[in-house]
Amino acid sequence: MLERTPQQFRELKEITIKSDTRDILSHATRQAESFEDYFLVDIDAHVTETQFWNEILACIDNEVIRAMGMGQQLRPGQGSTALLNTVTGMSYQHVYGRIPHQAALDEPVEDTGVHHFTTLARRAMDALGLDYQIVFPTPMLTLGMHPQEDIEAALAGGYNRWLTERILPEDDRLKGLVYLPFNTPEACVELVEKYAGDRNVIGFTVTSTRNKPVHHNAYMRLYSMIEETGKPFAFHSGFHWGDPSFLQLNRFISMHSIAFVHWSLIHMTNWIINGLPERFPKLKLIWVESGLAWIPFLMQRLDHEYQMRTCEAPQLKRLPSEYMRDMFYTSQPLEKTNLKLLQSTMEAFNAQTQLLFASDWPHWDFDTPASVTSLPFLDAAAKRNILGLNAARLFNLEVKRRRPRAKDVLASRPGIS
Amino acid sequence: MQELNIGPAADFTDPGRRIVECDGIEVGVFKLDGAFYAYGNICPHMGGPACQGRIIAKVDEDIAPDRTSRGFVFSKTQLNVICPWHGYEFDIRTGRHSGNSKMRLLPVRVRVSEQGDVIVALPPEIRRGIADAGMGVPPRPSPPAA
Repeated sequence: MLERTPQQFRELKEITIKSDTRDILSHATRQAESFEDYFLVDIDAHVTETQFWNEILACIDNEVIRAMGMGQQLRPGQGSTALLNTVTGMSYQHVYGRIPHQAALDEPVEDTGVHHFTTLARRAMDALGLDYQIVFPTPMLTLGMHPQEDIEAALAGGYNRWLTERILPEDDRLKGLVYLPFNTPEACVELVEKYAGDRNVIGFTVTSTRNKPVHHNAYMRLYSMIEETGKPFAFHSGFHWGDPSFLQLNRFISMHSIAFVHWSLIHMTNWIINGLPERFPKLKLIWVESGLAWIPFLMQRLDHEYQMRTCEAPQLKRLPSEYMRDMFYTSQPLEKTNLKLLQSTMEAFNAQTQLLFASDWPHWDFDTPASVTSLPFLDAAAKRNILGLNAARLFNLEVKRRRPRAKDVLASRPGIS
Repeated sequence: MQELNIGPAADFTDPGRRIVECDGIEVGVFKLDGAFYAYGNICPHMGGPACQGRIIAKVDEDIAPDRTSRGFVFSKTQLNVICPWHGYEFDIRTGRHSGNSKMRLLPVRVRVSEQGDVIVALPPEIRRGIADAGMGVPPRPSPPAA
């Protein structure tokens, strides 16, 4: 008989939107104990910028658009999405409340010495075992579909200013890519000029969800300027219900499965077939958040077609797949239900040198670093490259441990009653 | 294997749940229709705290005799616990994933003592399963003692 004794155990609570990030991710911290000696860089994490939207609106240069945004904020129930084209009623990512951290990180934050977001980011970096984290926006990922180009440009300017002046200087582990309002090429050029020398800005990004052909002549000056900075240029994928192609899809699972890949397929195809790798041979390109399975498909498809229709892509000197193999890709969401396919996929684009770990935290389909360390077909050198050393080379980051030990993070987490 | 007395069965609501942690071993104990079930608090997907998620009935689709859809309905018989990391849903009665029966939570022995207390086992492989990111389902058995 097992006697009732003084409590020998601790009770764990249900995870909710109020849970502390370190409690939500405590199992990831346990996993991180096994790769303490790895250098770890997360290429794609997110700020939910609408949580701080008033601060960003206040950073808009144009006084009229800034006032428009502030005015929109006054309307009850509309407070956090002024000027944005997101459809908040259709933000289904959290699976209708099943994944609380995607719905909100509404945890207590006592530290008032730094920005609220900086505290949340530090908690996530520590819990996941990251030395650096690169931050992208969230609702702004669909801004490329905004019908008002001047609004996209104004919000881009406000967000970039907020990120570079308010957030990034607070913690050297946080880095950012400047959002380029791609629907207005001249505004992109101005932003590259403005931020090329900012040490916390380690690249430039375009959100892929938009119907703008990347090969248009209007963008050539922009690409030249980014190439000259030596900093990478990233396409971050996404989705939007308003695109006619997707109006047939009646479930978010269908939209999310296809749309992220769709935009990468379109932009990559235009990029290669129009010979941009030959025109900008030193421009370092990153494809963010489409998973990996699309890469070998497009490599084979374009190689197959190119050899029959070479006259339509006269600038190419190599097979399309060879250009794709020179580019960089982020790992999340890592499709791993079939490890043989994943292994072939990684071999196809030489993941050992071209793949960059991404968590996508705090989004609903985030990956932990263990998504890479647990792959049985990768050797230790490949894992170390993918989890941090490839990123260090690409972004010129100092390879230096910056995170606390996992056991110390576990010991300091608050949520065990 | 170590066992733990987590207190009176009468303290559980029905449906109800408690998640306990002892020496790095985390176990979720559920009560449903008067019966107790227990599982390791490890999602076989990526090692998330599967037992700490929301409890929601399985979603079904009502298909009419003419094969047209009448839309979504909640199951009257299956209640799921949902991993808060990525939404993997597991039947509380079986521990099996709602859409992939090959995937399941690690079952843990649980009983009610003659004194009316809930006694749950603490399989040591749960500790390693958390650290291994849930890889290998169920977690690999412990190596034989030296």
